[in-house]
Amino acid sequence: MFLFITRRLFFALLLLFAVSVVTYLLFSALPVDPAALTCGKNCKPELIAANRVRLGYDKPLVEQYWLFLKGIFVGRDYGMGQAAFSCPAPSLGYSFSQHECVTTLIGKTFPVTAFLSIGAFILWMFIGVGSGAIAALNKGKWQDRLANAFTAIGVSLPTFYVGLLVLFSVVIWLGILPFPHYESPLEDPVKFLNAMILPWITLAVLSAASYTRLTRNGMLEAMNEDFVRLGVAKGLTRRVVLRKYVMRSAMVPIVTIAGLDFAALLGGAIITESVFSLPGMGKLSIRAVVESDLPVLVGTTMVAAVFIVLANVIVDISYGFLDPRVREK
Amino acid sequence: MSASGTVDQSVAAEAHQNSIASKSPFQLAIARFQRDRVAKFALGIITFYVLVALFAPVICAVLGISPYRLDGDALNDFGLPKGSFGGISGEHWLGVEPGTGRDLLARLMYGARVSLFVGFMATIVTTAIGIVVGVISGYKRGKIDAVIGRFTDLTLAFPSLLLIIALTRPITQRLESFGIPEGNPARIAYIILISAVFGWVYVARIVRGQTLSLREREFVEAARASGAGTWRIVFKELMPNLWASVIVTVTLSMPGYVATESTLSFLGLGMLPPTASWGAMLGDSVRYYRADPTYLFIPGIALIVLVLAFNIVGDAVRDALDPKADRQNIA
Repeated sequence: MFLFITRRLFFALLLLFAVSVVTYLLFSALPVDPAALTCGKNCKPELIAANRVRLGYDKPLVEQYWLFLKGIFVGRDYGMGQAAFSCPAPSLGYSFSQHECVTTLIGKTFPVTAFLSIGAFILWMFIGVGSGAIAALNKGKWQDRLANAFTAIGVSLPTFYVGLLVLFSVVIWLGILPFPHYESPLEDPVKFLNAMILPWITLAVLSAASYTRLTRNGMLEAMNEDFVRLGVAKGLTRRVVLRKYVMRSAMVPIVTIAGLDFAALLGGAIITESVFSLPGMGKLSIRAVVESDLPVLVGTTMVAAVFIVLANVIVDISYGFLDPRVREK
Repeated sequence: MSASGTVDQSVAAEAHQNSIASKSPFQLAIARFQRDRVAKFALGIITFYVLVALFAPVICAVLGISPYRLDGDALNDFGLPKGSFGGISGEHWLGVEPGTGRDLLARLMYGARVSLFVGFMATIVTTAIGIVVGVISGYKRGKIDAVIGRFTDLTLAFPSLLLIIALTRPITQRLESFGIPEGNPARIAYIILISAVFGWVYVARIVRGQTLSLREREFVEAARASGAGTWRIVFKELMPNLWASVIVTVTLSMPGYVATESTLSFLGLGMLPPTASWGAMLGDSVRYYRADPTYLFIPGIALIVLVLAFNIVGDAVRDALDPKADRQNIA
C-alpha cells in the first residue's frame, strides 16, 4: 500500500511538471507583450524596456521557465537596487496589472472559492444522492420521470443562464433577498450568507443532476447483485439491505466523481463567480484573461491542475477503503 | 436462426408464417426503441429542429420575416418592444429584439443553424478522434496505450473552461491567419477545435475500455485465427460492437457543446452580431432582464427543449441497445 501511494504521488508530480511546461509554453506563445502591459497607454518605451528586464521577459523562454520553476520552491526577486521587490516561495510570478505577487492574489481569492465549493458540494450531494435514491426506489413512476427531467435540464443548461435565472427570480422578480454583495464571513456573516446562498443553489442544481443519474443507475444495478439477494435471504430488513448493501455499493463511483468535481470547482468556478460577482479565483482568472495578465493565468491554471491531480490520487487511494472487492485484489 | 438445408421447403415456409423469423440485435434494438413513445416524440422534436434550421431561409421568406431587418416601428421611444410580452404580435410571433426590433422567431431559426452546426460538428470531430484513439489504445495495448494514457492524464489535468476562454482570441487570430475567413467562421472553427481538444478524452476512455474487453472475446479470436488483418478486425468485428456506447455518448454530449458556444457568446467571445446564435441570444437577453423578461425565456426554452429531447433519446437508445433488456415482450 505504501509503495502504491508513493508511486502514485511520484507520477502526480511528474504530471504536474508536464502541466507546468505546457501551460507556460501555451501562454508564452500568446501574441501579447507582457512588458507593454505593465503600465498604461501613455507609457514611455524606456519604461517598458526597463520593466521587461525587471520582470525577466528579456531572457530566452527556457530560462524564463526555469526562473518560474525555481520561484515555486525558493521564491523570486525582481529588479535590483531601490526598485527591487520579491515574491517569497511558493512564488508563481508577479501580476503586472494588479501589482502584486500571484501567490498573494490567489491567497486572497482562494477562501471565497473554497467557501463556495464546500457549500455547493454539501448541497448538491444531498440533492443529487437523495433524488437519485427516490428515483431508484420508484423506478418508472412519476418521481423517476421528474428526476429524469431534472437531470436532463441540469446537465446541459449553460451555467451563466441558470445562475442569472436564479438571481433574477429570487432577487429581482420575487424580491426575497437583497442583491448579493460579498463580505468575509468573519466580518459580516449575514451578508456572507446572502452572497453565498444563490451561487450555492446554482452550482448545486447544475451539479446535482449528474449525481441523481449516477445514484439511480448505481442503486438499480446493485439491487440485482447477488450480495443484495443474499442480504434479503438472510432476513435482513429492507432498510438495512438498502443502506448497507445497495447504497454502499452504489456510492463507490459517486465518491470517485464527487472528488474530481469538487477539485475542479476549487480551481475556480469561473462563470458562477462572474455572475454573482464573487471575488474568488474564477473571477481572478477571468480578469486575467481580459487584461492578458499572463502570470496570473499561469498561476491559476497551475493551482487548478494541482487540485485536479491531487484529487485523482486521493480517489485512487480511497478506492481500496471503499470497495472490499478492490482491496482483496 | 434461419431454416437449415435439411428442412423441407414447405415446413420452412410454414415456420416463417408462424413468425419465428430471426431478428438481429440491431433489429431488436429498433423494436425496443419504437415501443418507447416518449423517445419517439423526442426524436420527432430533434428532427423538427433540424428541419427548421435547414429550411430557415425558406420559412422566413414564407412568413415574410427576416433575422436582420430592423423594425423601428415595433419599438417604443426607449428602444424596448411595444406591447406586452416582448412585442409579441401577428407580425412578430415571438416578439422583437430590444434595441433593434429584429424579429425573434427569425433569429431563433437562424440561430438554430449556428448552434446545431457547432453542436453536431464538435460532436462528430470529438467522437471521431475519441474512437480512433480509443480503439488503437485498447487494441494495441502496450507502449502505445501507455503513451496515450499519459496524454489522457495531461488533458484531464487542465482546467478546461479557463483555457477555452483564455485561448479564444489568440487562437481565433491564428486560425484567421491560416486562411479561415475572419469573424464568425474562425470563431466557429475555434469552438469546434477546442471542444475536440478537451473532449476526445472522454470518448477515448469509454472506447478503450470496451475494446480491451472485446479483443479477448471468442469472435475476435476466431477472426484472427482465420487470418483477418488488423483493419478487418477493427472495422468488421470491433466497431459494430462499439456503436452502442458511442451513440449514447454522442447523444448525451451534444447539448454540452451548444452550451459551450452559448457561454463564449455570453462572455462576448462567441458569434459576432448581426449573426444570430442561441448563445448570443441568451447572452444578449440577460442584459434586458428587467425591461423585457420574455426575451430571456425564448432562447432558453428553445435550448431546454432540444437538450431534453437529446437526453431522452440518448437514454432510450441506451436502454434499447442494452442486451439485458427483456426480450420476451417484443412482438
